[in-house]
Amino acid sequence: MIAVAAGGLCRRYGRRWALIEVTFDLFEGSLAMVTGRNGSGKSTLLRVLATAIRADQGSLEIFGHDARAERDAVREQTALLGHRTHLYEPLTALENLAVAARFVGGDRRRAALLARLEEVGLGDRGDDLVQTFSAGMRQRLALARVLQQRPRLVLLDEPYGHLDPPGFLLVDRFLQRLRQEGATVLMATHLVQRGRDICDRGLVLEAGRLVYAGPVGEMPAPLAADATPFAEGA
Amino acid sequence: MNDLLAALRKDLLLQWRGRAQLIAIFAFGAAALLLFSFAIGPDSQSLRQHAAGFLWLGLLLASTLSLAESFEREMEEQALEGLLLLPASARALYYGKAIANWGHLTLLGVALVPVMVVLYDAGTLRLLSLFCVILLGTAGLSAPGTLYAAMTSQTRGRQTLLPLLLFPLVVPVLLAAVKATSLLILGDPMGQFRPWISLLVVFAVLHWSLGGLLFGRVVED
Repeated sequence: MIAVAAGGLCRRYGRRWALIEVTFDLFEGSLAMVTGRNGSGKSTLLRVLATAIRADQGSLEIFGHDARAERDAVREQTALLGHRTHLYEPLTALENLAVAARFVGGDRRRAALLARLEEVGLGDRGDDLVQTFSAGMRQRLALARVLQQRPRLVLLDEPYGHLDPPGFLLVDRFLQRLRQEGATVLMATHLVQRGRDICDRGLVLEAGRLVYAGPVGEMPAPLAADATPFAEGA
Repeated sequence: MNDLLAALRKDLLLQWRGRAQLIAIFAFGAAALLLFSFAIGPDSQSLRQHAAGFLWLGLLLASTLSLAESFEREMEEQALEGLLLLPASARALYYGKAIANWGHLTLLGVALVPVMVVLYDAGTLRLLSLFCVILLGTAGLSAPGTLYAAMTSQTRGRQTLLPLLLFPLVVPVLLAAVKATSLLILGDPMGQFRPWISLLVVFAVLHWSLGGLLFGRVVED
């Protein structure tokens, strides 16, 4: 089954086009990466797929649901980990998970939420306010929040960002787990080699245009990626 | 209904965490009442005549701080967007926030009454009626205030924009609330209290209905 069917997606901010005629399909259960230089449109693409923003032109179906007409149906099956963590700073980690659990109808007992925090290495910080967390800890908590949604399509924008080497491994395990559960994953990352090792499909964006969509092994390196090697972590 | 309760619980928890802010906003409202009293002078008759107007002006000014603050936390890490993507109903999120803001403003209004009594020598024995006026007046402020706070929360000049948009819209609410409060303080020989209360009810119903309908369009792309 096709999880994501994007046809001619365009999105602009003011006069500048962030996405131009982006067309691709993702099959259910696939683990894909999207890469490209800063400002190439990766985050915009993920936000359009998550229905956080609308495409100005083009069509988008997620698991057969039209993203414009059936937005709530799409959202029920999709989770986004964006640059902003969607967390409430004045609340504790446990309270943040409880807030989300109440809306998605998940288990909001303390033990269940603590178990979720244990998974991301924050088991001993459940009662601490998010405003006292480092950027990496916030990223971990945001990952726990994504797991809570039990989504069929997971959209991750720089999931390795802010994380330490154990955090990199945590994300790797997280991705493997999602693969085992049959979820479809699209991850935007600059860590090209790491993405190649984990993903099976690759997309490359350049200045808003999709210049490659296919097997990750044949994926060309994005412009300037070779000249400036990235720290690929642990 | 579940979404509404979840949203309300979240907003009440956020307000509890920011309770120090409520004290600061109360201090701001009380300071405004004090300054207004200087404008009238020491004549106790004049002070009593203007007390209701200044109470509601103080409450209105303080409300813009409170309403803007309630969306500050939603925008810090785009938490509101996160809830919409879960997906949570935009209408439930609106009513949760508006009810929490209503409670906040009611509490503020009730807390400002003793300040008014002391500064303006203006009191009433019809405390229940005064509470009803505050309840209905703040309902008429919080519903459009929540909507406009959401609208302006993503703009750069939000501190200026919110009062600029809100104040003209709530003039009828303010007028009815001031008249009703004034009748309680100064006496109501012509029995005008009820019509002003009815007007407050009409505006509250109108604003709460429209707010629920429009909020989704305001916060969604």
